[in-house]
Amino acid sequence: MPPAVSFQHVSRHFGHVKAVDDVSLDIFEGEFFAMLGPSGSGKTTCLRLIAGFEQPTSGHIEIFGETAEGLPPYRRNVNTVFQDYALFPHMTVGENVAYGLMIKGVARAEREAKALETLAMVKLKGFDQRRPSQLSGGQRQRVALARALVNQPKVLLLDEPLGALDLKLREQMQEELKALQKELGITFVLVTHDQGEALSMANRVAIFNEGKIVQAGPPADVYEHPRSRFVADFVGSSNVLPPEFAAAHGGTHAWTSLRPEKVRLVRAGEALPAGQFGVSGRVASALYQGAITRIAVELNSTRIIAAIPTGMTTIQEGETVALAWDACNLVAMEAA
Amino acid sequence: MSGAIATNPRSRLSDFFYRHSGLLTFALLLPPLLWIGIVYLGSLFALLLQSFYSLDEFSGLIVHEFTLSTYEQLFTPTNLTIILRTAVMAAAVTLASAILAFPIAYYAARYARGGWKALFYLAVMMPLWSSYLVKVYAWKLILAKEGIVTWVAGKIHLGWLLDALLAMPVIGGSSLSFSYIGTFIVFVYIWLPYMILPTQAALERVPKNFIEASADLGASPRQTFRTVILPLAMPGVIAGSIFTFSLTLGDYIIPQIVGNSRPFIGTTVYALQGTAGDIPLAAAFTVVPVVIMGIYLMIARRMGAFDAL
Repeated sequence: MPPAVSFQHVSRHFGHVKAVDDVSLDIFEGEFFAMLGPSGSGKTTCLRLIAGFEQPTSGHIEIFGETAEGLPPYRRNVNTVFQDYALFPHMTVGENVAYGLMIKGVARAEREAKALETLAMVKLKGFDQRRPSQLSGGQRQRVALARALVNQPKVLLLDEPLGALDLKLREQMQEELKALQKELGITFVLVTHDQGEALSMANRVAIFNEGKIVQAGPPADVYEHPRSRFVADFVGSSNVLPPEFAAAHGGTHAWTSLRPEKVRLVRAGEALPAGQFGVSGRVASALYQGAITRIAVELNSTRIIAAIPTGMTTIQEGETVALAWDACNLVAMEAA
Repeated sequence: MSGAIATNPRSRLSDFFYRHSGLLTFALLLPPLLWIGIVYLGSLFALLLQSFYSLDEFSGLIVHEFTLSTYEQLFTPTNLTIILRTAVMAAAVTLASAILAFPIAYYAARYARGGWKALFYLAVMMPLWSSYLVKVYAWKLILAKEGIVTWVAGKIHLGWLLDALLAMPVIGGSSLSFSYIGTFIVFVYIWLPYMILPTQAALERVPKNFIEASADLGASPRQTFRTVILPLAMPGVIAGSIFTFSLTLGDYIIPQIVGNSRPFIGTTVYALQGTAGDIPLAAAFTVVPVVIMGIYLMIARRMGAFDAL
């Protein structure tokens, strides 16, 4: 069984800019795959290479075992949900959704029925006669999704699909998208710069930086074992400890990641159990964030961020606190 | 100081208008509304009124009594021919302008960048900077029997083609400058910018990702053009065609200078209000383009030309 999408040493250069630089990757059928990275990291260009809007400068792309380079978008069995939805303003919602079927020459009655069915699937029953301009952002997003899904693509590409929605709606759509992907079994490829989105929805995540994939794997794996400072910093937030500090506090002589939520507060007079290491220092800032309070503790050589569950104690800026962590939570990384 | 009530009268005026933004809108709109209401609509109304009067055939004086007899005169065979001739010419000019303008506008909107775009605007606008009359007379020379077109056609051994064209019934004539073809060419030349600019503006507003979305959904470039680009450009093309169509309907100079001197609506109005002194019939003739435009826009609307607005 060939992978749904396969990149073999793919590069896409725009003049001197290496938007995608020697990327190899396999996305398997039925997977929910996320490409995560800051803007300009090459993730969107990768998506556009799969869709066919861009052609690789070098390398080889296969979609279900078939060579994709040279194939225009309209000859590929993949569909895209665009970042700003790109709904056609001169068509009704129903016509938008039926567009792909109309192009294929499906009879009017059949494509209208299919469009209604797909609209019902994305919970937009009864919206088919409206214009896109009469819908809210969340509703447009669903129309864009229905317009892509109605064609029963083998791969669905989602380009920052939830970027324009507010937080509550975004969380709801994350759940729905994930459920939809499970139900349909279609390969989803999601491009996002929101690490929370990637972690919560995807089966597998690829982290992009400067045109390259710096780490790929299941979300928990990437989060728990960042291989580089970039990943540690970009996926969630992390304390990146210098080698000397790490070696002296339970780790090895390497750049080391320590997640803020793995740091706990030590009570006065408490003896640290075996396998735990600690420091004490002055609280430089304390940010109340509801469920947790983030405190930054200033040490001589570095600073440690700790996420402390709120309500245990009140911490004031300027006071001195003791912090501790398990040695097993220190993750050694490659330099850089 | 912040929070203080302004004492300077100009600041107080600004503050007043900021609080009463409706009043500001009213103050800004009042002069143009007066202009449109009194000068523009007023004269149009006066024109309409004139067309319901009639001319006393014996005295040559205007009878200020309501009558439809002036409109009846429009339906004599001679006058109907004039109306038909003008409408056909306007339609042909509009169609040709649209066909010529679209690729230019498309290139300018989709591909031209920086210097090329500036050059495009310059090339389209520059003819508008020079006098209309100069341009028309220049064309008369270009199209004349001794002109450059005949000369070039002869040099490249295509004189026979030009002769065949001029030998065609109705549209032909003794030379290009004495035929409907000549009138048509000059009309298209003069009004083309008015078609290019709105078409380009409409195409400019079609986002690139609409084209990508269409391709993504399986449409070939030709299908994308027909189902996405053209419908979205249509309001621009219609806006342009309103210019070319109505300007051709009303023009009275070009047919006098280039062509076979057969009357158009414009030249007829010019003659009626001048030498003939038949103001009512001239007024009735001017109502014709208004009615034609109204019908045209209604059909365009029916066909969904404004759906993308």
